[in-house]
Amino acid sequence: MTAHMRLGFHTPETEEELSQLVLEAAESRTPLEVMGKGTKRELGHAVRAGAVVSTENMRGITLYEPTELVMVAKTGTPLAEIEAALAENDQELACEPVDIAPVMGYGPGEGTVGGLVATNISGSRRILKGAVRDQVLGIRAVNGRGEIIKSGGRVMKNVTGYDLARMLAGSWGTLAVMSEVALKVLPVQRESRTLIFFGLTDYAAIEALCIAMGTPYEVSGTLHLHAELAARLTDEDLAGNGAAVTAIRVESFPASARYRASRLREALLAYGPELELDSDRSQVFWRDVQSLKMFQDVRNPLWRVSTIPSRAASLIGNLARKIDVRVAYDWSGGLIWIETPALADAAAVDIRRQLAEFGGHATLIRADSTIRNGTDVFQPLEPPHDVLTAKLKHAFDPLGLFNPGRLYRDR
Amino acid sequence: MSTVTLPDPDRVVLARRNEVVKQLKKLAPQAVMIADLEGRRTFESDALAAYRRLPLAVVLPASTEEVSAILRFCNENHVKVVPRGAGTSLCGGATPLEDSIVLCLSRMNKILEIDAANRVARVEAGSTNISITQAASAQGFFYAPDPSSQVACTVGGNIATNSGGAHCLKYGVTVNNLLAVRMVMMDGEIVDFGGSHLDSPNYDFLPLITGSEGQLGVVTEASVRLLAAPEGARPVLIGFDSAQAAASCVAAIIASGIVPVAIEFMDRPAIHVCEHFVPAGYPLDAEAALIVEVEGSEDEIEYLLEKIEDIALDYNPISTRRSQSAEESALIWKGRKAAFGAIGQVSDYMCMDGVIPLSALSAALEGVSQICRKYRFDVANIFHAGDGNLHPLVLYDANDPGQLERVELCGAEILKLCVELGGCLTGEHGVGIEKRELMYEQFTDEDIDQQVRIKEELDPAWLLNPGKVFPILGRDALKLTIDLTRLEAGRNDATREGELVDEAAYIEGEETL
Repeated sequence: MTAHMRLGFHTPETEEELSQLVLEAAESRTPLEVMGKGTKRELGHAVRAGAVVSTENMRGITLYEPTELVMVAKTGTPLAEIEAALAENDQELACEPVDIAPVMGYGPGEGTVGGLVATNISGSRRILKGAVRDQVLGIRAVNGRGEIIKSGGRVMKNVTGYDLARMLAGSWGTLAVMSEVALKVLPVQRESRTLIFFGLTDYAAIEALCIAMGTPYEVSGTLHLHAELAARLTDEDLAGNGAAVTAIRVESFPASARYRASRLREALLAYGPELELDSDRSQVFWRDVQSLKMFQDVRNPLWRVSTIPSRAASLIGNLARKIDVRVAYDWSGGLIWIETPALADAAAVDIRRQLAEFGGHATLIRADSTIRNGTDVFQPLEPPHDVLTAKLKHAFDPLGLFNPGRLYRDR
Repeated sequence: MSTVTLPDPDRVVLARRNEVVKQLKKLAPQAVMIADLEGRRTFESDALAAYRRLPLAVVLPASTEEVSAILRFCNENHVKVVPRGAGTSLCGGATPLEDSIVLCLSRMNKILEIDAANRVARVEAGSTNISITQAASAQGFFYAPDPSSQVACTVGGNIATNSGGAHCLKYGVTVNNLLAVRMVMMDGEIVDFGGSHLDSPNYDFLPLITGSEGQLGVVTEASVRLLAAPEGARPVLIGFDSAQAAASCVAAIIASGIVPVAIEFMDRPAIHVCEHFVPAGYPLDAEAALIVEVEGSEDEIEYLLEKIEDIALDYNPISTRRSQSAEESALIWKGRKAAFGAIGQVSDYMCMDGVIPLSALSAALEGVSQICRKYRFDVANIFHAGDGNLHPLVLYDANDPGQLERVELCGAEILKLCVELGGCLTGEHGVGIEKRELMYEQFTDEDIDQQVRIKEELDPAWLLNPGKVFPILGRDALKLTIDLTRLEAGRNDATREGELVDEAAYIEGEETL
């Protein structure tokens, strides 16, 4: 074997260059660290790679048809650019992607659209509009054989062959290097209104949020923040109250949003709604949530837990008996952001013990590298999923070139 | 004569039919086993009835454990398995093979749990689509995907083809509403994917499974998202003097920031057939009509319909009829929902399922019309306009020799056009056997190889629903540059593909089963 991979940092500008790079890597058996801008590079385990391939120079929106609700972009396109183009047409990524860059020490919007799809970290509106992966209509990518592949397309409905596009969402660059993604986009709702409750217990808050989700008012945000986290919000009334904050959002045209907020207020009278944020304040509040403002300044370990909504308060109740946690519940309890003290394992054992009982999974979003290297950052795989996962990996990347060690230290 | 080839059966397996049936009976004692000729005939095709094959046997299991035992046996004995729900596939997704068993999930139809707090329904895969909403409606919930066969079709089948329906513009298709499945792999292993929580902890198998047409495993249970039923819903019916005007109106509605729950398009032939079948007051002088439905409170509905009608004014509507009551809404929808039945009354038809970008709508309609003229067929167009999912119904006469092949070629050309316009071969029906050889129109060798590699990792011997989805004839099998004079020369008697197989081979030993 004479082939040699140029080591170092590669930034291909075209799909063909990317394919060529992967071919070289395959020939020389050089593992590759795959990334966009690298804003989530410190999320997960260190990758054991001989070279880095970044999509950041594969940029640009290749197609945007507002009347078809579709945007196609090369994967290195910064999210800020995507969002700006959408905003010009009063549209948005409806899954309200969490901008994780600020909690990782980067600037807002620096992450790429490829990174967004590869990590599938959806925000508050996921409960109404679906996850990042639900907005994915198609992809182009280079697999571990250096072949350019595509799946899906740019239309809303497509069952032509297996859906590799949505499957690649959340695969963290371990199956293929995506070069282009087609996403469904949606109109921005003109009016946003948020009901605020102060000082509810976790149990009462989750109950109220679940009730809200069962109403026909198309609730698009259901959040409960512990008092210590609420104190870190931008809105002074909310930050200065000294109490836990529970928030329920509706978005629609103005008259409709006002109507729905008033109906929700009636339905949840027993929980004592105290404030109704108007559109401007509501947007500030949810932008805080989207950028994880409440976790930006205090740099403790941060977990993202997906579980069954109605049992979330019990899960945290059990956990709080053992460790000191500060918690933001989103998705009416289905998503829990947990800030833990800087323990040796960032409380991984305790958190996963609870999940074994309650169901769901946990990802360590932020921790220093010593903690991460000694802990399973991603939910450990158990049989038979470990075998199936390995088979899927083999189908895409038989040589194990992409991001070795990233998801699981041993593969 | 037809354009679809089915694989040759494995003679060794055929010869072992009696033994296979006996073993399966033993392994799955609660299952219903259909081995007699008449019984098997009931299952010899799905809704793509031109293609029929008698399976070795039909097994209707009672539990996941039985499915597991059956698959393990079939895997060890190299018996192919064709999973089936209600058999409503329009593309031959459940067409049996002579050396396969049909594994029909329709007896596994229990609603296992309605979890109102978390808005999740857990059901057996043989449950009908409509039964979920029926079970959840008392608590104010519904299940969103609503394919027009929803009274009959099963959740398992919906998962196999990622079914949509009229309301998926707002609510998404099956993959967007599925939280978990219990699936039996071909080797008999029972695996749970997903849960009542959202998002997958590692690779997300749910989108891979959804739309895989029963080729990766057999889904026996599913958890789906329930949504709170809206306060109300009402449509407006708008007639236009051209298809282009209707298409532009759809684009303008979406550009205005309104996402209606449904936008259905009908062209003149469709309007006329439906109105004749169900007098719903459709605009008979229109070239095209839209049914646009919105949801919400009375005030919200009025506001949105008014806005939509305002937008439509720019496109010179020749009639606008806003539903004023639940009865009127039901009537407007009744015409649309009866469309396929109505057209079925006047003619045989082939229902296409291509998808196009909305901006190509008028080019697509013009193209469809030209193609149908070339093949000398009438066509009625009915489709979900909001998402560009075309359902041209090509009318033909199945009893006229040669017409089946001609209509298939016509359909293939329509689908090829959809791909050329930036769309895809199938939006919600699936590929099945019908569109298998067209896959190269949309995909490269590398694209298809990648899909095939996944299939081969999970079912290395290709025992689960083989002969579907992927081309089996090679790249140039279906030339679409058809010489029409050759077609008109009459039927070719040399081959009898797609017709009933010779039954003599199976009669042997029939009485003992």
